[in-house]
Amino acid sequence: MRSVIMGNHALSYGAKLSRAQVIAAYPITPQTEVVELLSQLCANGDMKAKFIKVESEHSAMAASMGASATGARAFTATSSQGLALMHEVLHWAAGARLPIVMGNINRAFGPPWSIWTEQNDSIAQRDTGWLQIYASSNQEVLDSIIQSYKVAEKISLPIMVILDAFVLSHTYEVVDIPEQSIVDKYLPPLEMEYKLDWKNPHAFGGLTKPDWYYELRYQIEEAQEQAKKLIVDTGKEFKEMFGREYGLVEEYKMDDAEIVLISSSTIASTLHVVIDELREQGKKVGLLRIRVFRPFPSEELRKILKGRKKVAVIDRNISFGHEGAFFTETKAALFNEKDHPPIFGFIAGLGGRDVTPDVLKDIFNIVETTEWPEKDIYWIGVKL
Amino acid sequence: MADEKEIKWTGVKDMPPMAVSLGSMRVNKTGNWRNLRPVIDYEKCIYCFICWKFCPEPSIDIEAAQISERVDKKPVINLNYCKGCGICAEECPVKCIEMVKEEI
Ligand code: SF4
Ligand code: SF4
Repeated sequence: MRSVIMGNHALSYGAKLSRAQVIAAYPITPQTEVVELLSQLCANGDMKAKFIKVESEHSAMAASMGASATGARAFTATSSQGLALMHEVLHWAAGARLPIVMGNINRAFGPPWSIWTEQNDSIAQRDTGWLQIYASSNQEVLDSIIQSYKVAEKISLPIMVILDAFVLSHTYEVVDIPEQSIVDKYLPPLEMEYKLDWKNPHAFGGLTKPDWYYELRYQIEEAQEQAKKLIVDTGKEFKEMFGREYGLVEEYKMDDAEIVLISSSTIASTLHVVIDELREQGKKVGLLRIRVFRPFPSEELRKILKGRKKVAVIDRNISFGHEGAFFTETKAALFNEKDHPPIFGFIAGLGGRDVTPDVLKDIFNIVETTEWPEKDIYWIGVKL
Repeated sequence: MADEKEIKWTGVKDMPPMAVSLGSMRVNKTGNWRNLRPVIDYEKCIYCFICWKFCPEPSIDIEAAQISERVDKKPVINLNYCKGCGICAEECPVKCIEMVKEEI
């Protein structure tokens, strides 16, 4: 069924179609509509799930962990300060290898108080062991939730599906809401080998000495590596059943592209328009959207960027004292390649500043007219 | 019930994907962390089992014992796991648990 819905409701319908059994969440702007709709669906019986009202995001993730540990499919959603408050428990969820799926709406941190989009909240969680998927349309938000459960439950790691505040969360787009019966075929009920079960008691997460902790960490890394192929494979399977394919990255007009613009989320959506315009002017430019940030698709980037003339990475986040996170990772992926292209790093759109086609064209112009990066990082549009 | 197993895996390839005990606490006795040992004076004990309820480990077992017509069980400290925290002695309403120093 095709429907015009907001990004937040795409998250809710994704959770509903995935037959999430426990939802523990605390409302925060700009995520509120996600849980508003889910609590309504639970209350009127459209969803057979337990909705747990909690007193904080820390508790939301703790309750999700408890639910997931019993073998239930758990869902939650948050944003910004809420995600930061969850931080400790995010490490727990990944370390306990629980396949929780969460929606995070990118919102800038305070102070100063802000409710607009910026990726620093999710980027600050990159080392927790969670997988991170950055969606660039409402359709992708919904589809990514369903795909995420499939991946998470195979590799026993939690996944965060991330979308821009307002630009996506509150923007209405046409979304194909698939039939429950087809989703059920794609996503079978969750079976967990180790779970909280009084008939077969185990202790979980107990004190582990240095003789085995190291191996448990290696296992998380192995699972992250395994996820790369799994995301591609489950994305292909998704296409067979639903007609839409999702992988680690998205390429647009890349075949003969000499200059490659890399970005994520809705900046990448806008880039489609910009690339079309530049192509009309005869510029050989293409878009590489990084959809999955953890695990980071280093091999794909090396393959795709081989032989290109110039690469530019546009980040809507800043690791203070250094540069944007996607830029850092892209450079790192290419560092050991012989003759890799110059890589330009741009910061844009912090705190929800609009990244318009004109802003992106300015970035292209800098890259086109500069032979080799003249600065470590370019801040676009700062009023100096 | 979980098996009484010692860690048998050799590495990443054959171990469970998370820190999960497979009943290893049965062999992994942790009472040797203790430096004070609770000793119950059964003469004074009123068999309220408050100590059993409060022991955080939990390492107070309830064993069958015909104490009187009404009371048919007693609390027994399981020294294989008791850490000597003294919570039982603190909570006992008639103060009949004494913490004595462990000697080597
Ligand atoms: S000393 Fe502590 S651990 Fe030992 S039996 Fe008493 S309450 Fe339990
Ligand atoms: S709390 Fe004290 S009186 Fe009560 S059962 Fe334990 S030892 Fe006996």
